[in-house]
Formats: sequence, C-alpha cells, structure tokens
Amino acid sequence: MALLFLVLPALIAIPVSLTPKRFLSMPKGDYSWRHFEFLFSSPEWLSSFAQSGIIAVSTAVLATALGTLAAIGLWRVTSKYSEMVRAFLLLPLIIPQIISAMAFYRLLIPLGLLDTYAGLILAHTVLAAPLVLITVSASLANFDPKLEQASRNLGAPAWTTMRRVILPSIRPGVFAGALFAFILSWDEIVVTLFISKFNVYTLPRRMWNGIRENTDPTVAAAAVVLIAVTLGAFAVSAIVSRQRAQTALKED
Amino acid sequence: MRVLGRHISPGWLLVAPLLLVVLAFYAGPLANILWLSVTDPEPGIGNYQKLYQTDALGRILWTTFRICLITTFFSVALGYSVAYAMVHAHARNQHVMLTFLLVSFWISVLVRTFAWLMLLGRNGLVNESMEAIGLISEPVRFMRNELGVLIGMVHYMVPYAVLPLLANMQTLDTRVMAASRNLGATGTQTFWRIYLPLTAPGLIAASLLVFILSLGFYVTPAILGGGKVLMVAEYISVQLLVTLNWGTAAMLGTLMLFSVLALLWLMSRFMQLSAAFGGGATR
Repeated sequence: MALLFLVLPALIAIPVSLTPKRFLSMPKGDYSWRHFEFLFSSPEWLSSFAQSGIIAVSTAVLATALGTLAAIGLWRVTSKYSEMVRAFLLLPLIIPQIISAMAFYRLLIPLGLLDTYAGLILAHTVLAAPLVLITVSASLANFDPKLEQASRNLGAPAWTTMRRVILPSIRPGVFAGALFAFILSWDEIVVTLFISKFNVYTLPRRMWNGIRENTDPTVAAAAVVLIAVTLGAFAVSAIVSRQRAQTALKED
Repeated sequence: MRVLGRHISPGWLLVAPLLLVVLAFYAGPLANILWLSVTDPEPGIGNYQKLYQTDALGRILWTTFRICLITTFFSVALGYSVAYAMVHAHARNQHVMLTFLLVSFWISVLVRTFAWLMLLGRNGLVNESMEAIGLISEPVRFMRNELGVLIGMVHYMVPYAVLPLLANMQTLDTRVMAASRNLGATGTQTFWRIYLPLTAPGLIAASLLVFILSLGFYVTPAILGGGKVLMVAEYISVQLLVTLNWGTAAMLGTLMLFSVLALLWLMSRFMQLSAAFGGGATR
C-alpha cells in the first residue's frame, strides 16, 4: 500500500496531459492529444529534448569511463588510503546539490563555460561518476580476483586481462552505472538552473519554468514522456540483468 | 607483489583521472566557496555575524531545521513499515516491491513535485474528491505552506529511508524472534523489545540520511512552498542569482556543508555509507 503511495501520485500527470483545455485541469469525459502534439511540434520543446539528450549521453559516456576506471583501480590497490579516496570520490553524490551548484557556478564563470554544453557536461559528469563507481564496485565485489591472477600468470598483459577478463565480468555494473548516469543528467535541475541561461535550455529547465508559471498543460505531457523514459530505462535494465542471470545459470 | 612498500600500485593510475577531475572541478571550487565565506565582501567573520544580527536568517535556519526534522520523522516511520513489509513478503512479491521502490527512486523529482502541485491545488484532485464525498466544505490549503512542502518532501524521501532499513533488516537472524515467541512473548512484545532494538542501527542511518538530504533540498520546497516557505537552499539561490550576495550565500553553504559532513561522519559509524546508496556493500 505504502509503495503505491510512492508511485501513484506521479501518474496524475497522465490524465492532466490529456485534458482538452488550454489550462491545467483534469479532463472531464473528453480527452485530447493536443498537448502531446504541441510538445512534439514546438521547436522550443524539441530543442530542449535534443539538448538534454546530447548532454545526458555525453555525461553517461564520460562518467562511465571515469567511474569504471576508478572502481577497478580502487579494487586493485590494497592501501589504507583507498577507502578514504573512495569516500572522497563519492562526495559529489551526497553533498547537497545547491552547494554543488554554487561551486560549479563559481568554477564556470572564469572558465567562460557558463551556459555552454561543455560546462553542463562537465558538471553532470562530476555528479554522475560516483554512481558508476558504486555500481561497478558492487560488480567487482562478486568478481574472483583469482581469475585476474590466472590470466596474468598465463602471460596476458595487463591491458588484455582488463579487456578480456575483468570488463566482461563487470558488464552489468558498468551498464547499470551508465544508465544511472544518463538518468541523473537527463533529470538534473538544481545545478542546471545555476549554470545555464539561454543557449542551453534543457528539458528539466523548460519544465521548471512551466511549473513555476503553472498554467500550460504541455508540462504535464512532458512529465508523462519523462515517466515513460524512466520506465523504459528500467525495463531495459531488468531485461538485461535477467538475460545475464539466465546465461549464468546455463554456464553453471 | 602489490604491497611492496614505497612502490605505487598501478591501480592508482586508473583512479587518477576521476580523482583529478573531482579535485580540480569539484573540491577546488568548494574550497573557493569556503574561502569566500570569510573574504567576501571583506575579510573577516562578518558573514557569520549576520546569523545572529538579522532575524530573517535565524528564521530561515529554524524553518529549515524544523521541516527537516518533521520530514525525517515521517519518512523514516513510513520507510520502516515499507521495509518491514518487504522483508516479510514472499520472494516474488518482494521482487515486485523492490521494482516499485526503485522506480519511485528514479522518477524525476520535478515530475513528482509537479504531480503534487496537481493533486494539492485549490481545485486539485485531493480537494475535489474530499468535497465530493462531503468530508470538507471548503478547499483545504495544502500549498504555499509548510504542509504542502512536508507532503512533497516526505514522499520524495521515503525510498531513501527504506534502503538502509532494508539492508539492516535483511541481516537480522529471524531465529531470535522465533526464540522470543517460543519463550512466551506476544507478537507486540517481540517487536518492541527484540525487533525494534535490533533495527536501531538501520533506523539511525536512515534518519541521518534523510535529514542530510532534506537539509539541502531545493526543488520541492521552492515549488510547493510557493515563496511562502523559505528554506536555506532557496535562500542561497536568491542570494546568488538575484541579489548577487556571494558572501552570505557562501556562509550559508559552508554551514550546510559542515553540518552534512558532520552528520555523514556520524552515519558512517552506524553503517557502510555505500550500502545506503543502493549500490550494495563494496567489500
């Protein structure tokens, strides 16, 4: 029951997005797709979709590369500092976003990267990399270090061992991390509010404005699309992890 | 081979890129904020003196603290019942419940806040249905006040409370509870005297986590509070984007940062931090 309370409220966006009226309202009897039609034909909304997509994909790629390398590195070193470094690298995830926003704002002004793709991708990558670090580390925890030793003992160079032995075994963690990084960037609003203005106008940013003005049902349609994307991402990850479990069973 | 004293493990080479990025583009600017709090507009502790010199600031801090405390209480209470139900459900239901939990985790905070805006408004679904069944005659004011902010925040925080509690409850030895029942204790007694104390570490970790996340929460208070409920995060954004008052903003940010770090340190004594983020324990 309580779990329904967690998910259901968000679904109110669905009926509201189908209202035939020009203002935010529950539809009474008749439904209309007009707000979706507008959403997918307005140049502003379309450009926001594209911008958010570009930024989220770039963030996912960068954060996954950096986070995976760091996770493997931390897994390999046995040093009293490694847990300290791990805690430090996780900081961007737990420090309130408003503080991160302030820090990035301060950083990007002198660099001239305020309101640019590069600035947003940089900030989102720093925020998302810890997620990848966590998921990949979880995968590595189940990986038997003896496999790596065996590969090395059989004469494989470090790079081959990494590519042929380690990476295939932690693929689910890497994949989950990339997905989380994508969603984080795709949804990110607090930092984005500070470091973007006119040139870069992401989807959450446009929704934020719409919500504040509190009149246009297009926001409801956008919310429905966002929910659909989240659910889709989830379905993909569930299918991948199930396939993975099945192949693991067969191998046993 | 790896632990050869002074030799630097090759693993560090893999850590280096992310470490450098975080140091240069995150830790550096954060340090800059701390520095600003004592140097802008003029060197000294003038920014911190404002805390007790101006009533407005004190009021904002108090509002933030109060809202965070109430949010924590309700989120953890709800989260506890959810986690309890999940641990004691059949394996298949457990899987479905976990999916629900994770989905709610990842649905955009904007979407959820927007949904509450629709539900709680003057002509929102909640008011209309309560009027329809004759529960109330006048619409209840849910929004632009603390009630709305609390509803939105609790709703957002419950999944965060569930995860540490779940991690904790799953490690409990159920035989202890069975033993308690066998020795003649009632179900209620077993819960209050055995189960609850055993889940105390999870409860504390969940409370601290929710409190930490609530402290800096921006989106929901800003939208559901409608400018009437001013919390620290929103005040910081006004200082930066409207009045361009870096000193005060940096001072509040510094205070928030140190509160969060202190609470994190406290939390790390109760559980492995990474376990609280749904990533599972990392060794």
